[in-house]
Amino acid sequence: MLSMTNISKKFGDLEVLKDISINVDQGKVIVVIGPSGSGKTTLLRCLNVLEQPERGEVSIDDQTIDFSQKVTKPEIRELRKQTGMVFQNYNLFPHLTVIQNIMEGPVTVQKVDKAEAREVAIRLLEKVGLGDKADVYPYQLSGGQQQRVGIARAMAIDPKVMLFDEPTSALDPELIGEVLQVMKDLAQEGMTMVVVTHEMSFAKDVADEVVFMDGGYIVERGSPTEVFENPQQDRTKRFLNLLQH
Amino acid sequence: MAKMYLLNNIFLNAADLQTLQDSFLPLMRGVLYYTVPLTLISFFIGLLLAVITALFRISGVKLLSGIARVYVSIIRGTPLLVQLFIVFYGLGNLGIEFLKFDPFVGALIALSLNTGAYASEIIRASILSIDKGQWEAAESIGMSYLQSLKRVILPQATRVSIPPLSNSFIGLVKETSLASTILVAEMFRKAQEIVATTYQPLLIYMEVAAIYWVICFILSLIQDQIEARLNRYVK
Ligand SMILES: Nc1ncnc2c1ncn2[C@@H]1O[C@H](COP(=O)(O)OP(=O)(O)OP(=O)(O)O)[C@@H](O)[C@H]1O
Ligand SMILES: [Mg+2]
Repeated sequence: MLSMTNISKKFGDLEVLKDISINVDQGKVIVVIGPSGSGKTTLLRCLNVLEQPERGEVSIDDQTIDFSQKVTKPEIRELRKQTGMVFQNYNLFPHLTVIQNIMEGPVTVQKVDKAEAREVAIRLLEKVGLGDKADVYPYQLSGGQQQRVGIARAMAIDPKVMLFDEPTSALDPELIGEVLQVMKDLAQEGMTMVVVTHEMSFAKDVADEVVFMDGGYIVERGSPTEVFENPQQDRTKRFLNLLQH
Repeated sequence: MAKMYLLNNIFLNAADLQTLQDSFLPLMRGVLYYTVPLTLISFFIGLLLAVITALFRISGVKLLSGIARVYVSIIRGTPLLVQLFIVFYGLGNLGIEFLKFDPFVGALIALSLNTGAYASEIIRASILSIDKGQWEAAESIGMSYLQSLKRVILPQATRVSIPPLSNSFIGLVKETSLASTILVAEMFRKAQEIVATTYQPLLIYMEVAAIYWVICFILSLIQDQIEARLNRYVK
């Protein structure tokens, strides 16, 4: 369904991703953990080509991009249409109301009829529990509400995969739950997801696979129970210890 | 004795009031026929030039950003008065019919080029001030560069650029007075003509100053309205 094969990414001389491969089956949830600077964000950004790797392949369904070849913009946009991205600091469009934020992708990019896009947007808003906030501006919402709009906006383009980059790490603790709940609902409905998060409870409840990254490598991977309860690598053990304190 | 003279000159007598009344209409004609159109048209053309120049500058294409840099550098590095003289007297003297501009057109060209250069820096800075995350969010829902610019970046950059652009606009109103030097019959030139016959420089130039001030004051009220409108989506 979604796969990333032998991806390498450098920033100048700094090699941030070293020959990374992952594979996510339809409807599965992968949680990526790892220390700051280990390359988690870069990995997500390579998946929807906000960053272009030097080498390797990304494929979603039957579209494959091989980065050792020349990659065209339409190809990149095509791939992006299959992925929805949720950012750490929401990145909502501040000049648009909540519902306009959600309709923007369908209307501007996919040329969906406005009335139709509006219906879809309202349904998504209800799904993330914000049916009554359609016409307010993002600044009028709490962080947790903004992030739920962020999820709805990403869902609006009807992606095959959802990518989350630490979606709750900018939130006050009491707002984290509402966002995680929305993500759990999505997972239960069978959405394929790649989630960078350090919310252990979420990983344990929802993840089909946990990937631990460090220094641009995938150090360890397995089921949540395997990685959390019985890590094989010292680096994983040390990191998990740090997380618990 | 000297004191008396000063007082006589500061307080308005009946003759002064008559002079003010007689000069007001000719001055306003200068405002309506020349100062205002010159300001509006050259600001409009200047803004178009500015947006194009700003986009050239940030395009990352060396040739385009090079052109933009040279243009901005030349205009900013030379006085507007000199630019006016080059366009009107300089080009007009080449003997090429096409480059012999009517004073009004000459002033329009120089003022537009001037506004374009300064405003392009404002617009460029406004675009760059928008968080990188906005570009990424736009791209992540599949937008192209131009779509991102049009739908996400420029609307936000507009809000940022309104205060400095208003400054340019108000500055432009006053700079049109330089067009008097190339024979455009705008308000200041009118004033000079009136002074030549009335010998009342203090009175007439104060009147002119007051009219400029009123225009600029009204513009600043309009600016407040626009800012309030564009600020509706920020805290
Ligand atoms: N645009 C960039 N230019 C140069 N270096 C970058 C860039 N983006 C990321 N890096 C570097 O790449 C490395 C990996 O960054 P990345 O953001 O992927 O880490 P991360 O695992 O997401 O970290 P965090 O937990 O802090 O978000 C870091 O050393 C970072 O400084
Ligand atoms: Mg990160």
